[in-house]
Parts: sequence; C-alpha cells; structure tokens
Amino acid sequence: MAETVTSKNLALAKAINESLRRALEADPKVLIMGEDVGKLGGVFRVTDGLQKDFGESRVIDTPLAESGIVGTAIGLALRGYRPVVEIQFDGFVFPAYDQIVTQLAKMHARSLGKVKLPVVVRIPYGGGIGAVEHHSESPEALFAHVSGLKIVSPSNASDAYWMMQQAIQSDDPVIFFEPKRRYWDKGEVNPEAIPGPLHKAQVVREGTDLTLVAYGPMVKLCQEVAAAAAEEGKNLEVLDLRSVSPLDFDAIQASVEKTRRLVVVHEAPVFFGSGAEIAARITERCFYHLEAPVLRVGGYHAPYPPARLEEEYLPGLDRVLDAVDRALAY
Amino acid sequence: MTVESTAARKPRRSAGSKAGTTGTERTTRTTARKAAEPELVQLLTPEGKRVKNAKNAEYAKYVAGVTPEELRGLYRDMVLTRRFDAEATALQRQGELGLWASLLGQEAAQIGSGRALRDDDYVFPTYREHGVAWCRGVDPTNLLGMFRGVNNGGWDPNGNNFHLYTIVIGSQTLHATGYAMGVAKDGADSAVIAYFGDGASSQGDVAESFTFSAVYNAPVVFFCQNNQWAISEPTEKQTRVPLYQRAQGYGFPGVRVDGNDVLACLAVTRWALERARDGEGPTLVEAYTYRMGAHTTSDDPTKYRADEEREAWEAKDPILRLRRHLEASNHTDEGFFAELEAESEALGRRVREAVRAMPDPDRFAIFENVYADGHALVDEERAQFAAYQASFATESDSGFAAGSGGN
Repeated sequence: MAETVTSKNLALAKAINESLRRALEADPKVLIMGEDVGKLGGVFRVTDGLQKDFGESRVIDTPLAESGIVGTAIGLALRGYRPVVEIQFDGFVFPAYDQIVTQLAKMHARSLGKVKLPVVVRIPYGGGIGAVEHHSESPEALFAHVSGLKIVSPSNASDAYWMMQQAIQSDDPVIFFEPKRRYWDKGEVNPEAIPGPLHKAQVVREGTDLTLVAYGPMVKLCQEVAAAAAEEGKNLEVLDLRSVSPLDFDAIQASVEKTRRLVVVHEAPVFFGSGAEIAARITERCFYHLEAPVLRVGGYHAPYPPARLEEEYLPGLDRVLDAVDRALAY
Repeated sequence: MTVESTAARKPRRSAGSKAGTTGTERTTRTTARKAAEPELVQLLTPEGKRVKNAKNAEYAKYVAGVTPEELRGLYRDMVLTRRFDAEATALQRQGELGLWASLLGQEAAQIGSGRALRDDDYVFPTYREHGVAWCRGVDPTNLLGMFRGVNNGGWDPNGNNFHLYTIVIGSQTLHATGYAMGVAKDGADSAVIAYFGDGASSQGDVAESFTFSAVYNAPVVFFCQNNQWAISEPTEKQTRVPLYQRAQGYGFPGVRVDGNDVLACLAVTRWALERARDGEGPTLVEAYTYRMGAHTTSDDPTKYRADEEREAWEAKDPILRLRRHLEASNHTDEGFFAELEAESEALGRRVREAVRAMPDPDRFAIFENVYADGHALVDEERAQFAAYQASFATESDSGFAAGSGGN
C-alpha cells in the first residue's frame, strides 16, 4: 500500500494516479468516471491501472457525453457516492457547463444545506503541448465566477497528490484543474506527510522586490523568471496560489505589503481573468503599499492559437520579465 | 389570434367534440393524425367504463386486484391535488405567490404514477409534479416556498425520496439516471422515476440520460407527461415521431398510456417499475395528456391555441372519468363526495393560511449554504454586508453617517 512508502519521486500525473488509488482503497464510495479512463487509463494515463485493480463498477468508462458524465455523477452523489469525473480536455467541458453551473454548484444552497454533492471534476488544462484546437484552454475563470464551486490547480507532484486527497474529501464540488504540460514533471511525494489546508497559497520563493503570483502550470515559469531576475540583482517573491476559489488574498496581501509590487501570471486570457480580480482586490487592500499598478501577464482576447503560434500566445520567460521590469520602473 | 400555427391542431370535427360525446375526442384526434398517433394504453374510457382487450391485458393485470377503497383513494388524491393547485393559482392572483405552474389536467398521470411507487423508490420531478409530491407525502405548503420567493426548494429531498423541483428543463433525468446507477451498485431493488415533459424531450440531457441508463441498465423509469404544449410550442415542434417510440432507438421499451386515465397510469408505471426492480433496465412511459391551464400564471394560452382543443380535452377529464366509474360501480355514496368536498376546502384553507403566514427569510440567508465547508469570500462578504446593515442603525442612533464597512 502507498502508505508504507515514505517518499517517492513521481511525475505529477502519477502522483494523481496514486492519490486516486489511495482514495479508492480508503472509501468504497469513491468512483472514477470518464471517457477512456478504464483500460486505456485515460488519454494522459492518469487513471492507469485503476480499472484493472478496482473493477468496472468503480472505474467507469462512460459514453462520450460530458453533460451526462457530470449529470449522472450528481445523481450518484445524491445516492451517497463520491464520484471523481474526468473531462478529457479543457475545451470539452462546455457540454457539461450547464450541469456544473445550474446543478452541481447550486444544489447545496437550493436544498438549504440538506444535499451535499462531493463531486470532483478533473480537467487537464492549459497549453504548451502542441495540441489541436480545444485541447489547450484555461477556462478556470468561467468556473471561479460561479459560487458553490471550489477551484484548485496544483503546480507540482506533491500538491497534486495531496490536493486530490483533499478535493475528494471535500463535501463541496471541486473543479480540479490539472496542468497538463506539467504531467511529466517529477517531484517528491511523501504519502505520510500532513498536508496544509487545500485553499492556502504557498510562498515557493521568498523575495523582497516584487511578488509574482501564479498557479498550476505558470508557477514553474515564475520560478524560472525569479531565477533569471536574480541574475540581474532583482529579488522576486513567487506565490503559488494553489486555489483559485476560494482565493487566498491574505497571502497575496502579506506578500505585497512586503514587496509593494505585484505581477499576476496565468495562461487564461487577461480580460476578466483571475488576474483582474486579484488586481482589484489587492488594490483595495494594499492601496497605500503599492508602488506600481498590479500588472497581468496572460493570454490574449483571441481564440487559443494554432500550436505553431502558442509560444507567442502563452506567457513566457521574456514576457513575464518585461512585466517585472515595467512594474519595477514605477 | 394567430391561427396559422394552431389550425392544424384543431379537432377536425369540432362540432362533435363537446363534453358528453362517447369517446370521440380521442378518435377525433387520432383521425386527425392518423399516421402519427398510435393507440394508447387505456383501462378506463372517458365515460368511466373499464376497457378490457388483449392489447391492454399485459398492463391490466397490474391493477387486477385494485379495490374500491384504492379507487376511492386515487380519486381523493386527484381531487385534493386539483384543489391545492387551484388554491395556489388563486394565491398567485392575490399576490401571495410570484408564480405558479399549474398541473390542471395532469392529475391522473401524476397520481397514477406516484401511487405506483414504493417508499424506497426515488423521484426526480420537474417543477410541476405537485400530484407526485402529494403521493410522496411532501406537505403541499412546502412546495410553495419557491413560488413565493422565500427559498429555492423548501423540503428535504431525502425525507420523502422526492428530489427538489428542477427548473432547468431535462437536467433531472441525468440525476435520476446517476441515482439509479447507484441503486444498482448498492444491489438494492429500489427504482427511480424521472419526470419530464414533451418540451424536455428535445433536450440533450434527456437523450444522454437515455444513453447512460441503457448502457448501464439503470433501474429508472422515464415518465414523460406529454401535455401537448411546451409553453406555446406544440409537440410537433419537438418531434416527428410519437415520443414513446424514441426508446426503441436506445434499446429499451417505450409505451404510450392515456395520461388522463389514472388506472392505466398506475398499471403501466407498476409494470415499468417492476422491470426496473427485476434488472431489466430503463423504460420510457409517455403519458398522453393535456395541460388544461397556462404554462404558468405568467402565460397566456389564448395567444397560441384554440379553445376548441381545450374543450375536447375537458371531456376526457381525469377526475370526471374516475367519478363516473366509481358511481357506475356503486363504489361510493353521497357521503364520500361530501366528506371529500369538506376535506378539499379544509386543505385550501390550510394552504392559504400557511402561505400568508410564510415569513420572508432573514436577509443573511443570502450567504447561507453556499458551500458545505465554507468559503473565505462568502465569509468576507457576509461580514461586509453585516457592517453595511449595521451602518444604518448607527446613523439613526447617533445622527452620524457611518462608513459602509466594505464595498
């Protein structure tokens, strides 16, 4: 069993796989549902081997119908199950958007608290893998706008493991955005560790001159940016939000009160993105601390481009460094 | 009045379709749509006569042992449901409810199917299943909270295995299917019933629920009340084939039942539930009925449908037909009807008083139950809201305008 091993070096995808395995072992009510999650183990192999070990009634290959996947998961949750459903790619979630927004998110309030829907919706998201259309999007803001949902995104293998455990244990529906371009990045996972709270941000690099805020796939980039900036004598702090809803404004505020400058980085379009919300709130909270306006680096108000152009569209080292320079110039 | 779109729906022999004629209404309709409309399962004619033929025998056996007392029970259920429904419509007119979705005309479909259920079965209703709610023992006054605007669903779904009303059309059929998948996983022999309408039959979620339930052989009954109208759109705008025939393409049986015949609805639903319990998977029941009233109290059916159509259906009234049967069979006496009348009025009075006494929710209810495990932003906004509210008290108490305490 996973618990007997103290620490392992795992790819992020494998860390989620082991976390799902642990949840399936621990609670007979946990189910895995999705397209190709069975024999194939999912198109990213995140559920590899689970159907073989837990059977077709617990690791369920579904018809190709996303609304049906989420809608039946709601029904199973009403019956007392804890379904973890996979949406194969970010751009395929929209047929399920109605069930997620009108039903999954609102049932607890509608029932005055009598009905809980502990459903996890796993969505591999983000670009950078040279995919065709609809396979590289970052729709987290479209869900963060909806009360009743919790939205998280791990940036590393250890968080992926533990945040999945916590998401499955949550009595609220959780949209679990998996940074697909980081699926193969390895990291230490200690299954005996005691994880911190699911919705707390983490300082992954301490600094004094400016705060970089990111989550999911952009955390690694921001660490690279901070390393590059350090060579120029700039001391950047990097904050891994981990959770988009709720969003740990206290942690951002604490960092910004120290550094006085903030740059938010995400792959999703900047317009009405999570960076806009962070900028507005931090401006309110830290108005007298800020030396520069909060800057955002993200996608453009254009469809996610064909793969040959995605490096131009996605925030990269230079674009983030450019924003850092602009913020420091105030 | 726009006649172009409704002309095709008028009974062709309107002169003969007044109340009191002998079963010609259905014939009229069938004649008008001879190719499209098949026979339906009927056990009681509009005149209250028992129908016995080989075609119906398969279903009739499910009510073979029905007692006079049970028949009186079904009658009572329908009368009280209609009385409750009428009271709710009146309360809307009086401004006590913001909206009401009347079930007038659909009592037999709802009571017949509702009384076929066991306590451990689970119901997923639309927003019009007041008769089914009655069968499940949900206090009718609890249904009115959402229509008054004091909550979005005022009962515990697990209290009576009756899910909250679902307003988004067709969504609940997937919940029913998932729930039924869970029942099967648990090895229970309970069944699940999903209600929806002819309009919902066009929704993708309904199609997906057919797919999922068929693939997983889920113990679910899809009970479609085809009341002919989805607000202003006739069934012809939803389908080219009779709705029950859609089941065939998914690999499970579909049957059309006279939705104004409570006995037939009881029998057919029992049959479908038995299939579910026996591991035979889903069934589609199309209860062919008629929405006698408006879609809701906000609707105006005179803009899109002809009076003659309603008159034709009045002759097939579900309550009237059972009353005729009860009287012809000497199953009732005047005392029964008089007592029921008194009970009806008492129910109307109780509902009226309960609604008028229903308090507005506390303003902080906005922030309640958004999450099961809480959420920092909700806590923050609740605190800001409280400070904002408190600022008024400060203003009046001290004469100073207080800060808003937030945004």
